[in-house]
Amino acid sequence: MRSFEWVDARSVDEAASLLAATSATAPVIAKAGGMDLLDLMKEGIVQPARIVNLKSIPSLGDVRLEMSGMQLGALVTLAQIERHNGIRSHYRALAEAALHAATPQVRNAATIGGNLLQRPRCWYFRNEHFHRIAEADHSEHQHHAIFENQQTVMVHASTLATPLLAYEASVHLTLGKGSSRTVALKDFLLPPSMQRDRDTIIADGEILTQITVPPIQPGTRCAYHKQTERDSYDWPICDVAVVLQMNDDVVASAKIVLGWVAPVPRRAVESEEILVGRRIDELSASEAAAAAVRSATPLPKNAYKVPILETVIKRTILAAR
Amino acid sequence: MSSDPLEQRTLSAGIVGDALKQVTRNVPRGEPPAWPTNAELQVVGKDVKRMDALDKVTGRARYTFDVQLPGMLYARTLNSTVPHARIKSIDTSQAEKSPGVRAVHVLERLLQAAELRDPGEEANEPYPVIRFAGQPIAAVAATSARAAEAALDLIRVEYEPIDHVTELEDAMQATSPPVFPGPTEQHATAGGGGAAKGLPQKGNLRGPSKGGSRGDLERGFKEADVVVEGEYRTQVQTHTPLEPHGVVADWRDDELTIYASTQHVLSVRDEAADIFQLPKEKIRAISDYTGGGFGAKYGIGNYGTLAIHLSRKARAPVRLVLDRREEHVSVGNRPSSLQRLKIGAKRDGSLTAIELRSFGSGGVAAGAGVGSCHHSMYSCPNVSIEHYDVFTNAGPCAAFRGPGQTQGIFAFEQAIDAVAARLGMDPIALRDKIDTRDADDVRARAAERRIGAEKIGWSRRRAPGSDTGPIKRGIGMAQSMWPYIVNSYTTCEIRIQGDGTVEAFCGTQDIGTGTRTVFAQVVAEELGLHAEDVRVHVGDSRFPPGPPSGGSRVTSSLTPAARNAAHAAARDIASRVAPLLNAKADDLIFRNGRIERRDDSKTSLGFAEALRRAGIETLVHRGDRRDDYEGYARKAGELNISPHAIGGVQFAEVCVDTQTGAVKVERVVAVHDCGRPINPKLVESQIFGGVIQGVSYALYEDRRLDGPTGVQLNANIDQYKIVGSRETPQIEVHLIELLGGQSSTDARGVAEPANVATAAAIANAFFNATGKRIYTLPMTPANVLAALRAE
Repeated sequence: MRSFEWVDARSVDEAASLLAATSATAPVIAKAGGMDLLDLMKEGIVQPARIVNLKSIPSLGDVRLEMSGMQLGALVTLAQIERHNGIRSHYRALAEAALHAATPQVRNAATIGGNLLQRPRCWYFRNEHFHRIAEADHSEHQHHAIFENQQTVMVHASTLATPLLAYEASVHLTLGKGSSRTVALKDFLLPPSMQRDRDTIIADGEILTQITVPPIQPGTRCAYHKQTERDSYDWPICDVAVVLQMNDDVVASAKIVLGWVAPVPRRAVESEEILVGRRIDELSASEAAAAAVRSATPLPKNAYKVPILETVIKRTILAAR
Repeated sequence: MSSDPLEQRTLSAGIVGDALKQVTRNVPRGEPPAWPTNAELQVVGKDVKRMDALDKVTGRARYTFDVQLPGMLYARTLNSTVPHARIKSIDTSQAEKSPGVRAVHVLERLLQAAELRDPGEEANEPYPVIRFAGQPIAAVAATSARAAEAALDLIRVEYEPIDHVTELEDAMQATSPPVFPGPTEQHATAGGGGAAKGLPQKGNLRGPSKGGSRGDLERGFKEADVVVEGEYRTQVQTHTPLEPHGVVADWRDDELTIYASTQHVLSVRDEAADIFQLPKEKIRAISDYTGGGFGAKYGIGNYGTLAIHLSRKARAPVRLVLDRREEHVSVGNRPSSLQRLKIGAKRDGSLTAIELRSFGSGGVAAGAGVGSCHHSMYSCPNVSIEHYDVFTNAGPCAAFRGPGQTQGIFAFEQAIDAVAARLGMDPIALRDKIDTRDADDVRARAAERRIGAEKIGWSRRRAPGSDTGPIKRGIGMAQSMWPYIVNSYTTCEIRIQGDGTVEAFCGTQDIGTGTRTVFAQVVAEELGLHAEDVRVHVGDSRFPPGPPSGGSRVTSSLTPAARNAAHAAARDIASRVAPLLNAKADDLIFRNGRIERRDDSKTSLGFAEALRRAGIETLVHRGDRRDDYEGYARKAGELNISPHAIGGVQFAEVCVDTQTGAVKVERVVAVHDCGRPINPKLVESQIFGGVIQGVSYALYEDRRLDGPTGVQLNANIDQYKIVGSRETPQIEVHLIELLGGQSSTDARGVAEPANVATAAAIANAFFNATGKRIYTLPMTPANVLAALRAE
């Protein structure tokens, strides 16, 4: 790891102006929980000249749950989310995703903002050899995408993005001095790339300050499941979030999002269409799951993910309540 | 030592509490009288708490990484970025000028790898040929690790690439690029390694070695009523000790001191003496604590060689500790294997033929065998074994907890399970029939099967694949066997001061197993003290010679020497104290911190008081590890192999989600023998570790190399998956106290057998759960779903 400067930002405006000074030769990089950044720096993938610490900014760490929806400050930790009673009762899929991310120690430090902005966990991406010395051909792609994998086989790493997309969340980006924009999360995430230095549309000097989640209507059922090789701590084979709007026992609308199977989390529109107007039972869940994987294009070493994904979709639909 | 005059003694042997009988042994004169069973001893056989526990949990224990010497420099290694190449040139001039840099050294010769029998053209190469990505090339010592790392970027290496191959089954093909241009040898060094000499080599295939073959295979298969065949594959597992390999080398004109994270301080000294052409007495190797070894930490290796060169050049101490990636890539691993195994058996279960064709890849190192279990565990008159080492452009293998045997047992114990299934026989009954070697541990094994079956609830085991839903549960068992090894030249010294201070010395080391504690227990037992009254000193090559912490041989080698020394000290004290108690020396006993008359325990003196009143200032006694009373089956240098063995039986209960391929090991019952358990709690702890490592091997660990570049993709502990707390099954350990009448403590080892059977037991439980065999490790969802789909 190279030496770097450290600056504690006291306000969003100050952080934004510090970050705007970034250049190719002297990168200025924002740090929230620092979990991903430290990994990237140790591996030599990111070599900041200066780190702007956002943790010193007050007021970005609050959860606000109101009739009009939920606002999560970008510095809200995964531990806060998993323990928050309101989130656990209203946005259960999000609380579950937080609870199953990483380890308790990491969740105490990792933030929701950093989680959405983290880089891919692809083992080619995470190895400086494939940034500095050799091209990554991704021939060991057992953990990679089974959908939309023509451009890139890497998958976005955020597991909290999976339920947040199902809840149709949006993110708030600030350039400082009152300049800001709100972007739907589905438009915010980009397919990962080893060439770019980020996998979102966030611009230089822009800071992710808040995540907004629309209110939960009565009759909403939701569930989340992350399927892993190991329980203790692992990246997913796939994760699935299901949010169902019920009209009595019948599905009025459905949002099903699949993580870690496509470059960005994928809406399983085919499954949603099958469920609308039906009850949730073995048959409808099976049909919806089968429809979701029909267009999969697995690679030679990751075809095993297809039946696993199908099972997890079915089980998660059945678990939604 | 074997020339000592012998005397006949009658000793107890067998399973304590079950079948003790009297045996006659020829015992070297002067050996202490046999101990009674553990129940009748004061300190030995008791759960004495680990002596260094507090030092470890408080961080006071000094590991190699913690060594700080005045003026110490920090070294980092430059490793190859290509998998196979000739090095045309290396330019270190810019690195040498880099700020803080004090020395740069380029490696002249690669240790721990096979070498060409005839160097041929390579004799003229200016630098060692690169044969794996990550191969160490040079190192830099600087005033900080960061300065050293910055200087590495300034070293220019010009490579001339050669075609490479990374996967075992590709390297076996005749068209594969050869890793070596000609036949190779791998000589054993003080740092370990070594492979059978003079074997043929064609391309990357070195062999066959045929050890253990006997009888007439064809006839054996003709006589068989059933034949079971299978092709088993095991992955490369890296050792991944918590503390990576590392040394602090301090070169002075009069002495070289090496602080090392090692399994054998004497191997560190001896390999350094060999490479630097120094007399052994000018080298001191020190290892206070070692954070795990598992077989890979012997000698000084390439990193130690570099550190010593740098210290000599810079005339300052140099610390070189590997980072996690180097630890995964370049200092050892458990080789992969491909085992084609065919077994013939009669209807009554007796084995008629065993045929093994096996291949193993230890990367650029030879010695990738699959153990001795196929030919030595069960009775079978006709055995044919052919094993080939297959070279690949990958980091070298090293010994790893049950070298070969862990891979071998995975295949062999599954095949035996398959024979039982084909015959419609209970797997335990089948082993009762075929586990008939003439050795005392075989009788222990029978007891272990019985105990284990009862504890796991074997009687509730159902037909394979009985569960109708997607989640299936099953029970399986497998046996473990490992040689009972004794190290010659093991000497312990006891120093007793007049104030009652007792110190014990041996040039062995404690790599986390509890060696200090068992050492203290044995000495304390003889002197009637508590274990914590004995100050134990290990981990220094200046001490009397001690065994390596490998091959499960420390306790078997160390404790008899320790007892002999302490016994001699006790007899010496008794003879001096006897007049004070109006007794003969033979009538005094040491108990509860006192020396008392056997016939009148009230006539006694406290230990320290007795020494003072007897006018004792300092007593020094040494004791040696004498040969086993019954002798050995084989001797190889300092290594003595008993006709008896050590082992255990493990039972696993698993749950398989047949839709997601997730395997959960819910429970393991491990029943083991290790001669006389000196400290049951520490033995249990060893077995916990063995089972956990075995579950990790069975389900998760898998070194992955990128084919085009030869780079390890998961050289970290994030993507290289190791069992975590939630995947650790409920583990129950049961110990057999097995007396053999072999030494003054009758202790044997346990570390390796604790590990080798676990994956096979899990695989057999997988079969019982699903009705399908899992032939490929690790049991990841991908491999599990493939196994479930197979015919």
